[in-house]
Amino acid sequence: MRSVAQLEAYMDGAKPDINPAQQAADYLLVGEEMLENWVTAQERVPTQDKKEGFRILALHRQGCKGEPSFNACRETCRELAYFYNLIILEPDSEKMTSRLAMMDMVAKHLVLFIGNKMMDDQVGEFCCSSKVNRLSREQMETKVGVNNG
Amino acid sequence: MTVIIDKTDLKKKYKKVGYYPGCALEGSAIPYDKSTRAIGKALGLELVDVTDWNCCGAMEVKNIDPQVETYLSSRVLSNAQHKDKMDVVMAPCNGCYKNLKQAEHELGHNQKSRDVVSKISAKAGHEAYESGNVETIHALDWIKMGYGEDELRKKIKGGLKGLKIANYYGCMYTRPRNIFPEKAPGAGGDDLIKPHYMDDLLAVAGAENVEFPLKTACCGGAHTLSDRDMSTKLVLNILEAAEAAGAEVIATECPTCHSGLEMHQIRALKRLSKKTNVKVIYFTQLLGMAMGLSPRKVGLNGNISDSRGLMKEKGIV
Repeated sequence: MRSVAQLEAYMDGAKPDINPAQQAADYLLVGEEMLENWVTAQERVPTQDKKEGFRILALHRQGCKGEPSFNACRETCRELAYFYNLIILEPDSEKMTSRLAMMDMVAKHLVLFIGNKMMDDQVGEFCCSSKVNRLSREQMETKVGVNNG
Repeated sequence: MTVIIDKTDLKKKYKKVGYYPGCALEGSAIPYDKSTRAIGKALGLELVDVTDWNCCGAMEVKNIDPQVETYLSSRVLSNAQHKDKMDVVMAPCNGCYKNLKQAEHELGHNQKSRDVVSKISAKAGHEAYESGNVETIHALDWIKMGYGEDELRKKIKGGLKGLKIANYYGCMYTRPRNIFPEKAPGAGGDDLIKPHYMDDLLAVAGAENVEFPLKTACCGGAHTLSDRDMSTKLVLNILEAAEAAGAEVIATECPTCHSGLEMHQIRALKRLSKKTNVKVIYFTQLLGMAMGLSPRKVGLNGNISDSRGLMKEKGIV
């Protein structure tokens, strides 16, 4: 698993010259590794399970436990899975270049969002169902631990 | 619990609604307020300002005491119900909209919240709000369901003339899921995963909506004070994604997102030397101009993102 800093540097840098399918798999992996960083920081073991055929979606669900505001990146994870499917299932599409560019930006957004969440944990936020500072982790997990996002 | 929307009744129900502008629409988002009122008037939809409304508790309060946050939102609903005799409140701000919805949900599901609201309301000398008496809707619901696309089409004059738009809903229009039962699959409301009401309305007005994968992604609004650089990067990515998708305009329906996009667009140029040209405009402003209202009437000159040149160039105004 690459660190958050390594993943940010990867997304900011020039991408390797590989075929679109590999590139799409690479972006998906970036998303998974960011989520692994998040889950590990919560002192949990990242799941190897898949949801709807994608590990990134299972990792996202795991990452939301006790942290409903993490759902703010739910659609970003789903968009990565969506673009991956488009790129793999339509290898000859004339939209390949733009799809890869979009997937790059979606992956970048996930990296930025999670990187920021990891820095600002416990600060409280303006996004949905943010947790309450004065509650202990135990209270938070019983009070808002249900994934309502 | 799934709530099935009775669409047949909504035009009648939403014709006259309580209006809760919230703090943003009286401050940083005056153009949103101006354009919302202007299109309401033009469409014959009546807005009755909620009497003596207060802060919804969206920002600081929630991190100190969520039940006080629930109380604050419940007071708005109580005033709408008891003072204004309204059974619908329309909140154009995503923060207010989400908070009123959340209060509704809390009061319907949490006895402790009911007790706290009842106690503070008694102390404050007003009737406690009881869930189920007032429906909270967004400005998108108000126009889409309360006026209707077919009727709206008849009101379009010049239209948006193929203006390429990325519709940006932000994070709070659909989250958390449990407080929006009307958006559950099959319930008949907007889509939780890929919302489309703004896309639908602007398409009726003649826009060409681009495929935009970050339509509900975080704008970094919450972190704009604690970590401005991160907010700038998040916004820049949204702006660049919109441009890469071919958009000339990002349409917004949340004042926090809108301000963030405008301010960090400038900051990205200053701090990161990254220039983006996509314009940021409230959907109500776009609808108003499509209906023939002047840019001034919809507050276009009040936006930081100056789109007047583009609107002229496209022949929209």
